[in-house]
Amino acid sequence: MSKKDEKKFRALIVDDEDLARLVLRELIQARPEMEVIAECANGFEAVKAVAEHKPDLIFLDVQMPKLSGFDVLELIGTETPVIFVTAYDQYAMRAFEVHAVDYLLKPIGRERFEAALERAKSRLGQKMPPAPELAAAARTPKQFLDRIVVRDGTRVTLIPVSKLDYAEAQDDYVALASEGKKHLKQQTIVSLEACLDPERFVRVHRSYVVNFERVVRIEPYGKDSRLAILADGTRLPVSRAVYARLKSLLDERT
Amino acid sequence: MHPLLTPINRFGLYLLAWVPLAAILIYLMAVPGRLGWLAAAAMIIPLCLVYQFVCLSAWYSCKAAPIQKSTGQRLWLTHVLAAALLSLLWVLLARLLAYGLSQLPDFQGLDRRFASQLSVLFGAGFLLYLLAVASHYVILAIEDSNKAEIRLQETSILARDAELKALKAQVNPHFLFNSLNSISALTSVDPAKAREMCILLAEFLRMTLGLGEKASVPLSEELSMLHRYLAIEKVRFGARLRMEEDVQPESQSAHLPPLLLQPLVENAITHGIANLPDGGMVRLSSQSQNGRVSIAIENTFDPESTPLRKHGLGLKNVRDRLEARYGKESNMRVGAENGIFRVDLSFPANAEEVKS
Repeated sequence: MSKKDEKKFRALIVDDEDLARLVLRELIQARPEMEVIAECANGFEAVKAVAEHKPDLIFLDVQMPKLSGFDVLELIGTETPVIFVTAYDQYAMRAFEVHAVDYLLKPIGRERFEAALERAKSRLGQKMPPAPELAAAARTPKQFLDRIVVRDGTRVTLIPVSKLDYAEAQDDYVALASEGKKHLKQQTIVSLEACLDPERFVRVHRSYVVNFERVVRIEPYGKDSRLAILADGTRLPVSRAVYARLKSLLDERT
Repeated sequence: MHPLLTPINRFGLYLLAWVPLAAILIYLMAVPGRLGWLAAAAMIIPLCLVYQFVCLSAWYSCKAAPIQKSTGQRLWLTHVLAAALLSLLWVLLARLLAYGLSQLPDFQGLDRRFASQLSVLFGAGFLLYLLAVASHYVILAIEDSNKAEIRLQETSILARDAELKALKAQVNPHFLFNSLNSISALTSVDPAKAREMCILLAEFLRMTLGLGEKASVPLSEELSMLHRYLAIEKVRFGARLRMEEDVQPESQSAHLPPLLLQPLVENAITHGIANLPDGGMVRLSSQSQNGRVSIAIENTFDPESTPLRKHGLGLKNVRDRLEARYGKESNMRVGAENGIFRVDLSFPANAEEVKS
């Protein structure tokens, strides 16, 4: 391989439509300094490809089955610059809020494409805030998550919030307990709590958010602390400030 | 303004209605009251001319006490008091008139003779006023029903406007952008296919524009528009989009509001196929039986990642349009089972004459 080849700007294309990928491939290949290292038809492949190939730039479709472009960005982090590609201009604001480099509208014109490339190159090496915080900030208010995306290496898991039992803060991570398993995700409990419906999830403690449906009863523990007992027997500490509210919610239910 | 005063011919009719009333009163005064015809006429004609205007005032008290909103007690009290008071004033006027006339040589002693008739005149005045009240309530009721009819017409015009607006909004611009993106991809790899798709898109757009202007179209026309729509989406989604169709030939001639099915098929693609990595099927079936047509649109969907949109805007639009057109004659059911989303419509097959 010549030296020139090594310096090539390596792009990853993610779009669920064959023809949409074709347009991008053509546009990229027309640039001598660029190459397409991989093409993905869905978000799962994309997360894997990012880990495997470490691309310099990702062209990411917003609307894809199962995992949206925003989900993918949340999972892969903000180290790699992302250019969103979509036919829907109402996502533009959100795209910039999650620090996308640029936002291309379909059908994509060459000039607009090249402008996006220039922006991407100028952004190389810049430090970005962590992706889940950005994704949480970009969420429209009052619209809560109906599922949480978690990545373990290259494996992606979708946890519907109805199947989330509780979340526990562990330093920079949250451990999500669902169906007897725990999934680690890089996100603070504060930003996770903000994405969950407060009617269904209660922050019972500095380190715990619990799915209220799972709480069976509250038991006294020690002198003046209490434990919430979940359906599967898990015991979670309840802080004094929350106890009154939790209790009135429980009483309402019975 | 008083409804009896404005069109002049209506006022004329009102005056005419008073002629027999005045005649009866003259008779009562002349024969049983023994005033004589001339004296009775000289008294009653001016009195009736005055009192007919007095009776018109009933309109204002009727408006102030609408019959549906006022208690019976209040109605009686208002009108009986008014009748008594106005009749009393009328009788006083009659005495004055009788006194004046009695000064003339022809009517000497009229005021004395007339005094015995005052109670009859009071009773007549009382009843005439109440009769006027009753007639005014009838007039008000007629006016109300006219107004209600006008309002009904206005709302139906509004409903039609809303329907048209809904129609215009139905061709999703994102569908256009995505299709144009597909065409732009095809131009380099498969120019013939790109051209074919341009033509499909043009035909589809032309049909939606044309259909939107009609009140109803045969199912066959709606289907041929949908075939183009699906052919375009097939280019975009490739093998991910599988189509099935089971259209009973007799149902092809059934009429339906234009573009009724288009948003349903579009939903099937955007909320069904587009959310499935390996795609799925869209199935369209129709039957007609006993003058009714039943249409079903089914599609595979991903229950895990697609929130069920039983009350989405597109579905609501379809429901509203069916209800606006057929009322209780139409039926729409939306359901999801085993990863299949299904919308069932049923409505009269040949109702195109009902509204045009």
